[in-house]
Amino acid sequence: MAIATTTNSIASVVEPAGARPRRMFAPSTIILYSILTVAALYYLLPLYVMVVTSLKDMTEIRMGNIFAPPVQITFEPWVKAWSQACTGLDCSGISVGFWKSVKITIPSVIISVAIASVNGYGLSYWRFKGSEVFFTILLFGAFIPYQVMLYPLVIIMRELGIFSTIWAVVLVHTIFGMPINTLLFRNYFASLPPELFKAARVDGAGFWQVFFRIMLPMSLPIFVVSMIIQITGIWNDFLFGVIFAGNQNFPMTVQLNNIVNAVQGVKEYNVNMAATLLTGAVPLIVYFVSGRLFVRGIAAGAVKG
Amino acid sequence: MAHAGRPFGLLRNLNAKVAAIPMMLTVIVIFIGCTLWTVFYSFTSSRLLPTSDFVGVDQYSRLFGNSRWNQSVLNLATYGVCVLTFVFIIGFLLAVLIDQKIRFENTFRTIFLYPFALSFIVTGLVWQWILDPGLGVPKVLNDLGLPGGSLALLGDKNTVIYALVIAGLWQGTGLVMVLMLAGLRGIDSEIWKAARVDGIPAWRTYLFIIIPMMRGVFVTTLVIVASGIVRVYDLVVAMTQGGPGFASEVPAKYVYSFMFERANLGQGLAASTVMLVTVFIILVPWALAEFRQKRS
Repeated sequence: MAIATTTNSIASVVEPAGARPRRMFAPSTIILYSILTVAALYYLLPLYVMVVTSLKDMTEIRMGNIFAPPVQITFEPWVKAWSQACTGLDCSGISVGFWKSVKITIPSVIISVAIASVNGYGLSYWRFKGSEVFFTILLFGAFIPYQVMLYPLVIIMRELGIFSTIWAVVLVHTIFGMPINTLLFRNYFASLPPELFKAARVDGAGFWQVFFRIMLPMSLPIFVVSMIIQITGIWNDFLFGVIFAGNQNFPMTVQLNNIVNAVQGVKEYNVNMAATLLTGAVPLIVYFVSGRLFVRGIAAGAVKG
Repeated sequence: MAHAGRPFGLLRNLNAKVAAIPMMLTVIVIFIGCTLWTVFYSFTSSRLLPTSDFVGVDQYSRLFGNSRWNQSVLNLATYGVCVLTFVFIIGFLLAVLIDQKIRFENTFRTIFLYPFALSFIVTGLVWQWILDPGLGVPKVLNDLGLPGGSLALLGDKNTVIYALVIAGLWQGTGLVMVLMLAGLRGIDSEIWKAARVDGIPAWRTYLFIIIPMMRGVFVTTLVIVASGIVRVYDLVVAMTQGGPGFASEVPAKYVYSFMFERANLGQGLAASTVMLVTVFIILVPWALAEFRQKRS
């Protein structure tokens, strides 16, 4: 043991950070960076192909290969994808779907995050008999395949009179976003010092007062994380959009798939790739802007309570 | 937990209960009610509309006698085994590499994870394009005079499922990497010092010390990835539409098709019930193991 301790202390003198000092051009370092770079190139390749293809015209696509940069850059595919691409009979571009997706995403995110935050707060500070049982079933419910609940949900939406409206999609997103987001908020509120809650209670604050005056001002980080998860999840949804939104309200993902896969005749790969990039733009921007928060959100969302 | 543990009457803290109504409704009506409804009507002869005409296990025997369903189960199994295996191996290796106190850690992590921000529809369409036999990678290989020029992954019923695996891996590996990285960072650095002092090579330390210590992370990741695999639908719709033939059909798509396109509700409900039972058979043992471990 004594020997080990000495070795340790020597080691800590030699390497203060605890890591083995590495020479810049040691073979292992070169191998390490080479592997990482090759892997990174592989992951970037599809994005590169999308961008390059969307900037070529069709003759260039047929002549060249998919990795070659465009000889003559054209933005026409982007214009066409946005405002003229056809989904079946309708040829008004993917912009229609874009605005439908915006109309679906904004209320869905606001409502689902609002409900999840109140649920999480209730489960952390105001437990009642059975609240934990509800929560456990809610978490298990997250793993039930959506297909099992689809048809009864269609009936419910029809009975509520909102089937084929964006409100049906909003409701479904709120329901299925509830487990993970409630879990995030519950764990976050549970990590706050309980003295805050007790002091507010002693001062006579009730359920909503504590929530709005004490908890909300402190929970910006978890709100951001939860919103990132919801925005990307709802924007990327396909299944619920197809079933509940109705033909008039198809979100962007559904419209994109229709443009690319349902069109008869010549496939316009450049227009398709521009439309694909436009559809991916919103979650990509959210991802790049939020950076670390996105990673934290995913890691946090994965930690089961 | 450190909460006021006062006894509550039925009407005490009414606000808290009112606030929990959305959650209670979701649990009772959707997660429990809808699931029971589906199981119940899977034993009926419902076609366009649900009817209470009971036919016993007729729908189920028809289901397992349907080659399209059996094919879709087989496809999902192939897809699932391949994706699970490689997503864990590649995700863990990338996490280990990134964990070597490298420069540009953020850049590499960002690059590996960004596909996860994209939808399966976008992923499917991109890979459909890249794997296009006439203009994509096969043509490039052909032009370069390399073997693989006749590679038509998407058009061949024996290989199409592997094309889906490639796309699925591209989209999902980043998530596993991030989870594994979080797990690696959670391990006490003293462990590493001790292993180094004892002269254990790094790969053995990972294999026999670090991985067993990360059991919790592995289980969580497995549950997340597996439940995503069972649901896979968008990717298939975008990339192959289940074809050629039914060579890339999956259960989720079978259910959708019988419920909403072919007006054969009973069959769709039976298929979705089988999905449910499968998920619970896979999920429950893991969940129980996790909860039990936490309690002790």
